[in-house]
Amino acid sequence: MQSEARTEPFGASSDTALRTAVEDFLSFEAALLDDWRLDEWLQLFTDDCTYHVPATDRPDGDPLRDLFLIQDDYFLLAQRVDALMNGTAWAESPRSTTQRMISNVRCARVSDEVLVRANFLVHRCTPRQTDVYPGRYELTLVEAREHGFQIRRRKAVLALPVLRPAGRVSIIL
Amino acid sequence: MHAGPYVIDDREAPKFRINRSALVDPEVLERERRLIFDTCWLYVGHESELRTANEFRTRNVGGRPVIFLRDSASAIRVLTNSCTHRGMMIETRPEGTARFLKCFYHGWSFSTTGELVAMPDEPSYGPNFDKAALCLPSPPHVDSYAGFVFLSWNPDAAPLVDYLAGATAYLDLVGDQSDAGLQVIDGTHLYSMRANWKLLVENSIDGYHAMTTHHRYLKMLKDSGVDLGTAFSSKGSPPRGYDLGNGHAVIAAVDGSQGTALGLGRAFPTESAARKHRERRDRLVEQHGEEWTNRMLAGRNLLIFPNLIVVDLVMGCTVRTFYPSAPDYMEINAWQIQPADEDSELHEMRMTNFLTFWGPAGLATPDDVEALERCQLGYAAHRSAPWNDISRGMSNPTPGFTEELQMRVFWRHWDTLVNGQEHEPEVPLYRIADEHVSIRRRQGVGSHAE
Repeated sequence: MQSEARTEPFGASSDTALRTAVEDFLSFEAALLDDWRLDEWLQLFTDDCTYHVPATDRPDGDPLRDLFLIQDDYFLLAQRVDALMNGTAWAESPRSTTQRMISNVRCARVSDEVLVRANFLVHRCTPRQTDVYPGRYELTLVEAREHGFQIRRRKAVLALPVLRPAGRVSIIL
Repeated sequence: MHAGPYVIDDREAPKFRINRSALVDPEVLERERRLIFDTCWLYVGHESELRTANEFRTRNVGGRPVIFLRDSASAIRVLTNSCTHRGMMIETRPEGTARFLKCFYHGWSFSTTGELVAMPDEPSYGPNFDKAALCLPSPPHVDSYAGFVFLSWNPDAAPLVDYLAGATAYLDLVGDQSDAGLQVIDGTHLYSMRANWKLLVENSIDGYHAMTTHHRYLKMLKDSGVDLGTAFSSKGSPPRGYDLGNGHAVIAAVDGSQGTALGLGRAFPTESAARKHRERRDRLVEQHGEEWTNRMLAGRNLLIFPNLIVVDLVMGCTVRTFYPSAPDYMEINAWQIQPADEDSELHEMRMTNFLTFWGPAGLATPDDVEALERCQLGYAAHRSAPWNDISRGMSNPTPGFTEELQMRVFWRHWDTLVNGQEHEPEVPLYRIADEHVSIRRRQGVGSHAE
């Protein structure tokens, strides 16, 4: 397991070519999510992937020890996507409109993986309300022929101390 | 036939209806504050959340800010989180450790037992200044059962065990799962719903909505290889709703030796995890006997009136409490509790296979949030469409878990406290007979804290 430290090995400067490739990939991924092309999005993941969202009061929680909001392996992630797409995720039926902003991208190559840190701001808009989810991504990518990368670990750490008043995370963060 | 302004309780028809104004009217919430949250025992937290002396958690209990802490001698205490000088909320961190509780406004400092110990320029208050009268007040009553700490703002409150009535045995069924006691794990689901708080009471003990609202959750279980037919069957004892007295209710089965125990999680990922789970069962049988163990492993959705829910599915146990800040908005805190000595492989499995199905980002709870918020939206029509129906199973002397006895138990007690309306129980109050209750409780050890 690679270091999950928040700053290392990310310095003030980075490999520009790598960062450009990662930024392109993150923008592509965000577009798939905002366009609700979740089946294609799911194909970006490796079979041994994880998708984690820590509890808001344990942003640096240990997934084997502490309570998380989301702790999906590939099977659960595929179930999540399936329900969102087939209309049985009632919290997203009808679907909300989402708009993602991703910035402050830093990355570093560590052996055969690319570690990425980025900030996100995800807006979830419905006729009733707009929910705003600020946070940071901690991603582990592996290089792949198609789209440049595959996602092995994807962690979305919310900056919100409490999930209020949104009350839920019914979309993919 | 009983027909008050908010509750129609007609045993003949049968018919049980709730007027939706009870879910939207600000005056009803005001009465609830006074007649429920100021009078009942309310859940504060679990003793295991505070591991060391001087550790604290700040909480809102019944609408009032409190500090839930262990004092310097490690005793559990609850102090009002409001300086006795000008009322400032002293501690705003959700958790931490502190040897002194210091108000930054004028610098008054309190010990962890609440005594006022220091203030700038004390002589100006004169020689007759009564510092002892200015300690941080504790609620009139604080007590615990099986590590679950409650308070009451009511000086005349009955003792906690009397208040809990038949619910004590169901807390024992949670607590008895480990000799080492229970441990709340770090990480809290802190969320909200734009809905009346009583809707979450109903939803938390509602077996009827599972097949429709949580279709995707059940599909996930099926796709993971769980046989839903087996998972939801229970040998000779399907889960039922029970009236535990004082507005408390439970849906539970008597025998979880097959079925329900692990029905709501993916299968054990490894043979060694399955073996460890069987070994634990064997240990429990040795200690508590077959019958009590089967009850333990049957799981339960327990409501302790007014706003504590314990959903114990054995390999995952959610403790949830919530409080309204408006008729159409509540804040919810939910924790996971488990045996303090959980084997590391079982713990890992608990985390990866069970826990995150629940909670506000899981595969079930977001749909509950959506459902309750949409109910609340529908209540905007309450003046022309005034009634909710909760009469399912009312003609059944032994109502099943997809029927609604347990909700009627809540609402009748609510109607008594808030509106002074008396209701006869629909079925006899259920109390697990003394010869069946926890061995530890019979021996008078373990469960009831000093």
